[in-house]
Amino acid sequence: MKAEKTGKQQRSLWQEAWRRFKKNKSAMIGLAFFAALIVIAIATLVIDFATGNEFYQNYVINQDLTSRLKGPSMEHIFGQDEFGRDMLLRMIWAVRYSLFMGSMSIIISLIVGGILGAVSGYYGKAVDGVIMRCMDILLAIPSMLLATAIVAALGTSLVNVLIAIAISYVPTFARTVRASVLTVKDQEFIDAARAIGCHDGEIIFKYIIPNAMAPIIVQATVGLAGAILSIAGLSFLGLGIQPPTPEWGAMLSNARTYIRDAWHVTVIPGLGIMLTILALNLMGDGLRDALDPRLKD
Amino acid sequence: MHKYILKRLLMLIPVILGVTFIVFFILNLSPGDPAAMILGEQATAEALEMKREELGLNDPLLVRYFNYMKDLLRGDMGVSYRNSISVWDQVIDRFPNTVVLAIAGILVALLIGIPLGILSAKKQNTVIDNISMVLSLIGVSMPNFWFGLLVVMLFALKLGWLPSQGMGEGFVPLLQSLVLPALTLGTGSAGTIARMTRSSMLEVIRQDYISTARSKGVDERTVTYQHMLRNALIPIITAVGLQFGTLLGGAMLTETVFSWPGLGRLMVENIKSKDIPMVLGCVVFLATMFTIVNLVVDIIYAFVDPRIKSLYKKGR
Repeated sequence: MKAEKTGKQQRSLWQEAWRRFKKNKSAMIGLAFFAALIVIAIATLVIDFATGNEFYQNYVINQDLTSRLKGPSMEHIFGQDEFGRDMLLRMIWAVRYSLFMGSMSIIISLIVGGILGAVSGYYGKAVDGVIMRCMDILLAIPSMLLATAIVAALGTSLVNVLIAIAISYVPTFARTVRASVLTVKDQEFIDAARAIGCHDGEIIFKYIIPNAMAPIIVQATVGLAGAILSIAGLSFLGLGIQPPTPEWGAMLSNARTYIRDAWHVTVIPGLGIMLTILALNLMGDGLRDALDPRLKD
Repeated sequence: MHKYILKRLLMLIPVILGVTFIVFFILNLSPGDPAAMILGEQATAEALEMKREELGLNDPLLVRYFNYMKDLLRGDMGVSYRNSISVWDQVIDRFPNTVVLAIAGILVALLIGIPLGILSAKKQNTVIDNISMVLSLIGVSMPNFWFGLLVVMLFALKLGWLPSQGMGEGFVPLLQSLVLPALTLGTGSAGTIARMTRSSMLEVIRQDYISTARSKGVDERTVTYQHMLRNALIPIITAVGLQFGTLLGGAMLTETVFSWPGLGRLMVENIKSKDIPMVLGCVVFLATMFTIVNLVVDIIYAFVDPRIKSLYKKGR
């Protein structure tokens, strides 16, 4: 604490970034919201596990056809959907699909894109040329279109949607990582590492990547927002997660039929998606400001 | 200048070849036998085999790709598995509808995004700036298909001002039916463009030449549009070009919400019926269009940025 006040003690780059991030109120709101979503997702998994899916069967997908499309009430504060299911519970149970699938696809594309980008940036020349031209071609297909084409070919399942989204984000990460590697690669500590006999793999993963992390983290946050949006979009088109699984996009797809009868079945799932994406975008902006050394105070 | 444009045009060829190859490859991973789809379940094994031979499905992938490209150059994208209608005809039939929607969407995005960004930058750190930046962040974060449903609920169902479905015939009905889809499609991009315009304007707003222009007595309007905006334009154009791709991808969702008879909806319909040649045709067309838009953006750079122009002027 004392050190922070006087500002004299050496802080690492990450501590410095966190200090700046904390000052950014909207970014902290985003972080808090996102953290709450993670807690909710884990809580629903725990509940399902502890009750052996009994809670899920009895409450989340429990139909009550006598009160179809009933608006918000004291008993059901988000109202009930077209089968009389409680909207609040469905919204809560949907969190894990968006978060889990979104993060998994971003992690996969980060690993694949990261390796391609790192190899491309580190070795340069022909390797770089071939990899980056392939990435350019993939980038020439709008990501939502690419994801849809992949799902169209492989069929709709959780895994296929995940693969589709992951592939469509690979070129973005490859580019980001390559650019960061290029800025780090010619610095002296890399020569030093080579001088003490490190092989290429060690240099890339131990020395280059950790020092090129900042833009990658920002890109991953923004990418996660995009991935969650794409998953919801695919589900809305009926190509992603299928009903009756509670998922925000799929809920919206069902709600379309009842758009004349009930506002809440349309408004609420969309709000869920929007707030999640908003939180991630706020975090992304905060991270960008916190990690950009040019804005360092 | 011509040399620059020619160079960019030549670079288009490998990209389009690559794009079509990737899409062709992906869609050929599709399980299921097209011959069985065409002939139905009662077909005999010999009939299936003959159909496969006829469609060239027994050839290796590269040969099939080569044949596909050869046909594509003649404007032949094969026939639909479902009803044997020419894919090319259907794609060409729907294509203008998507273009109309995309252009209207980008117009909405520009008309909202650029003024909002300029206003924000000029009033930096004021309430106006904060409000417009919050609005644009919300625009970026909103799933556009959801926004589409919301505007349908408000303007079509509740107020009854505009149609919620389909594409109107004739000029005025067309415009009426275009308002809501264009608004839906453009809002997200408007947010991105506003944010980009703001940061790009802020980069130039404190440059010396702006002070110089002001001290010369140039009026504020001219300073804003001639001196600031012109210099801030390159990143904005990049953003607009990229947004066009998002719009083409997002067109699928918007077209589905509004039952707009465009390429995106054609594609979604045919994915559900597993009609691979149709899907392939739609993706190839949309991706090619996106590539060409990017090319146009690159050429516009050269017109806006004298540095690129001069690079090619000195006879290099």
